[in-house]
Amino acid sequence: MPGPTGATVQLSLRVPSDVACIEEVVDLLMRHCCTDSWLCRRLRFNLRVAIAEALANAIVAGNQEDRSKSVQVQAEVCGDHLRVEVTDEGRGFDPARISAPIRPDELDRDSGRGLFLIRSLVDDVRFNDQGNSICMTLRRR
Amino acid sequence: MAFTASRDASGVYLIRVEGQLVVGNRQELKTGVSEALDHGERRFVIDFSRTGYIDSSGLGALVSISKKVREQGGELRLSGLNEDLRSLFELTKLDTLFAISDTAERAVAGFAG
Repeated sequence: MPGPTGATVQLSLRVPSDVACIEEVVDLLMRHCCTDSWLCRRLRFNLRVAIAEALANAIVAGNQEDRSKSVQVQAEVCGDHLRVEVTDEGRGFDPARISAPIRPDELDRDSGRGLFLIRSLVDDVRFNDQGNSICMTLRRR
Repeated sequence: MAFTASRDASGVYLIRVEGQLVVGNRQELKTGVSEALDHGERRFVIDFSRTGYIDSSGLGALVSISKKVREQGGELRLSGLNEDLRSLFELTKLDTLFAISDTAERAVAGFAG
């Protein structure tokens, strides 16, 4: 039965700042959020990657793997879209300053691909003003 | 992640990665290759036929490994990427940086001559 926002599924998680938790959290979100048939195999993979990357960024870059900090994850599934918001307790960053190393002369960089993957695999990405919260949306096709 | 390493009859150092290559375990692979380089290995194949997922940190580790191998006069090839992993390499243009083969056998054969 749809909730007050019209969502069929709403999930809220508090995740410790431990990269070892990422796989389990992604599995949990996928299990509860991917119940709609419009989420084909490819979209499920895209979502899995985007969530994993957002979590890793939040834990490592945002919270600096400080075990006293946690990451808040909120997921909402509606009939025609799925939204996942990941918020860390860090100072935030300016996403516009992160460039993806996809030019031939940049391929040798060993970092910077996470945000690029998220932007490439979901339909909409938004950050809050502080830059410590990312909201990713996948729409029905 | 677990990995097994062996030396092929033609002298190629074959590393098979099992599980995921992600932020929490990429250092293990980097260390393994680094130690092999220290022991004189120069031709590497990293096989992912038993790997379900590589995150951006894992991709970064492979880039870092590739650089280190090249700096020491060696060569690295990858093999066994499933369709999903291939798509990540294509998306990030890393399919232009690495020599990628369907199987470990083909990757090893690529060093012949």
